[in-house]
Amino acid sequence: MRNALKLVAVAVAAVVVAGTATAQSTADDIAKYREMIADGNPAELYEMQGEELWRTLRGPKKATLEKCDLGMGPGVVKGASARMPRYFKDTGMVQDLESRLLTCMETLQGIDPKLVIDGKFNSGERKTMDALVAYVVTHSKGDAIKVDMSNPKMKELYALGERAFYYRAGPMDFSCATCHGEDDKRIRLQDLPNLTTHKGAAAGWGSWPAYRVSNSQFWTMQHRLNDCFRQQRTAEPIYASEVTIALSVYMAAKANGGEVMTPGLKR
Amino acid sequence: MKMKLIVPLALAAVFAVPVHAASSDELDMKAREMMKDSFKETGIAKKHRMLQLDFQEACSQAKLPPTAVMKQIEAEQMKTIKWPSDGKYYGDWKEGEKIAISGRGLTWRDKADAENGGGCYNCHQLSHNEISYGTIGPSLLEYGKLRGNSDEMVKYTWGKLWNAKAYNACSNMPRNGDAEILTEQQIKHLMAYLFDPESPVNKR
Repeated sequence: MRNALKLVAVAVAAVVVAGTATAQSTADDIAKYREMIADGNPAELYEMQGEELWRTLRGPKKATLEKCDLGMGPGVVKGASARMPRYFKDTGMVQDLESRLLTCMETLQGIDPKLVIDGKFNSGERKTMDALVAYVVTHSKGDAIKVDMSNPKMKELYALGERAFYYRAGPMDFSCATCHGEDDKRIRLQDLPNLTTHKGAAAGWGSWPAYRVSNSQFWTMQHRLNDCFRQQRTAEPIYASEVTIALSVYMAAKANGGEVMTPGLKR
Repeated sequence: MKMKLIVPLALAAVFAVPVHAASSDELDMKAREMMKDSFKETGIAKKHRMLQLDFQEACSQAKLPPTAVMKQIEAEQMKTIKWPSDGKYYGDWKEGEKIAISGRGLTWRDKADAENGGGCYNCHQLSHNEISYGTIGPSLLEYGKLRGNSDEMVKYTWGKLWNAKAYNACSNMPRNGDAEILTEQQIKHLMAYLFDPESPVNKR
């Protein structure tokens, strides 16, 4: 199963890379690729791993995550990520999926969040996080994005997220809006969703986390945001820091009512 | 009896105080703090990159600043433009093409002494041959052929490459010369790429 999936991924990655005659044909190739693997997005491997990890005794407390409360009650995964970020009474904070998982790992398993926050992508506990995220988001696929904006902290983070979105800084004077503030724009052949509109936000927020064909990696939303800032030439956003939550609230609120398509499949 | 009633009421009053909604100014201040505290230094990407220059701050909203502010920014930025030290505007278009294609440089994974690219193709169409181009900026196909090479056009183009904000305060385009993204020599190569009749930007 694993090998078969990997082969398909490699073969079609080649098709996608070779077929860059025009923007349209690239989009077509990716659409074709999505069709081919409709029953087997390589993210499935991460999901299977994540499901296993969810039930594995880990950390100093040798506990599982089966009592982790993602906002729907202890252990409920179905529909949870469609409603995140959300305000959590127990921590008194608005949390996205990843920062909430950090809370569960710390309180239930005794795993130090610093292992993830100060870690490196694609290794160690961040790799564990990838799998857990893939597992959780798969269980909201097809649901409507349904973020509850009634809490004042959610409203404040939305306002801060909007400010972060337009914040120009660094040697290239870029902000998120430079690339994601207008309809029908591209970088090279890559289509850019306009995240200031419901349609664009639903397309962007609704399809991440995703499996990336070009580098055969599963990327969480924290990873996606991190790489946006890298290309903006800012300093590096701290994992699960306020700006990452604020931007997530901003995008999710704009996307409200759209469809959850996670795990997505990307170039 | 009375006390029993009063205490719960007093408590209820405390809890009923609505959460203070932050004003727009307070949110601006919180956002500034957030943009400082949420980032760390990695490699060459130092934390001071999160501090805004005046014009960056003025251009950090969905709406453009008032015309008078834009004009003032443009006048300030115009002063930063350095004209070619030897009076020569053109380098080699073949080198220019490499610079236009490369989008490398200045991220936290890049080295301090690495040569930066111009990243032109990320946003602009340029050559007849390169089909992988972005659309954030206007098409520059047949740039020299369509516009000619009058002194005015050549100077405008140099200035725009050096500091785009001198002509449009909130332009999406980086200040290639002013922010030391590209060297004077690299900008000369790009000038040749845009104007040389033999460059694939102009020659089919």
